[in-house]
Amino acid sequence: MNAEYDIAETLDVKGASCPMPVIETKQATDDLAAGEVLEVLATDSGSVSDIAGWADGTPGVELLDQTDDGDVFAHYVRKTE
Amino acid sequence: MSTDTPTGGGDEAPTRAELAARVEELEESLAAVTEDDSPPKLSIVATKGTLDMAYPPLILASTAAAFGYEVTVFHTFWGLDILHEERSKNLKLSAVGNPNMPVPNIVGALPGMDRMTTAMMDKRIADNDTATIAELIETSLDMGVEFQACQMTIELMDYDEDDFYDGVTTGVGAATAIQDMADADIQLLV
Repeated sequence: MNAEYDIAETLDVKGASCPMPVIETKQATDDLAAGEVLEVLATDSGSVSDIAGWADGTPGVELLDQTDDGDVFAHYVRKTE
Repeated sequence: MSTDTPTGGGDEAPTRAELAARVEELEESLAAVTEDDSPPKLSIVATKGTLDMAYPPLILASTAAAFGYEVTVFHTFWGLDILHEERSKNLKLSAVGNPNMPVPNIVGALPGMDRMTTAMMDKRIADNDTATIAELIETSLDMGVEFQACQMTIELMDYDEDDFYDGVTTGVGAATAIQDMADADIQLLV
């Protein structure tokens, strides 16, 4: 959990492996309103690079932060438009 | 005749206002070209039908769709089996021809070995929570990926158009694939 952001939705993709964390993140952001933040919880270590790359290459989304508690990688994505 | 090159004569030199208008016109046409906000495109040709070779085109197609790409995957020859609803669920992993296999080719060539290596891979896919081929196809279709089944190979393999997943485009050929490739930002042959 991250107190810095007002999280609108949490997507739990723990256990899922490439490419599903990115795909489901994309589908979940489609349902957000502009300005809302999605929290993505994943266990796939590849999701750190993949979600960062996806957010960088995709218009309308912005990666705010990525954290790692040793088991779970949390990603915070804001829909910008 | 083309010998009448302008000579001296200030009459023919454009005025400053004409040049300014011309520059503005060029800037507008440049903006029209560069401000193309149509989505980027990915074109994949999928030619293989083994379990291991079915994954890369589907993973790349669905991921590109997540990036906002317009994606077409043209399936031909054994690649057609990826779109075949029945056959896609029974794709095999070859025990021979791959030096990374745990058994030598001469053992891999024995009867039943393909079935064994396929079962091992299927188990790994399940244990690792890797998406199945059917799941990746359904997800890709949901995300707007266009799967095309080469008409010539459908007939060559004696498949029926109804054998494929709902949403697969049939009745297309090499010219369609070439057109997609020409328009695409990324082209891949898998």
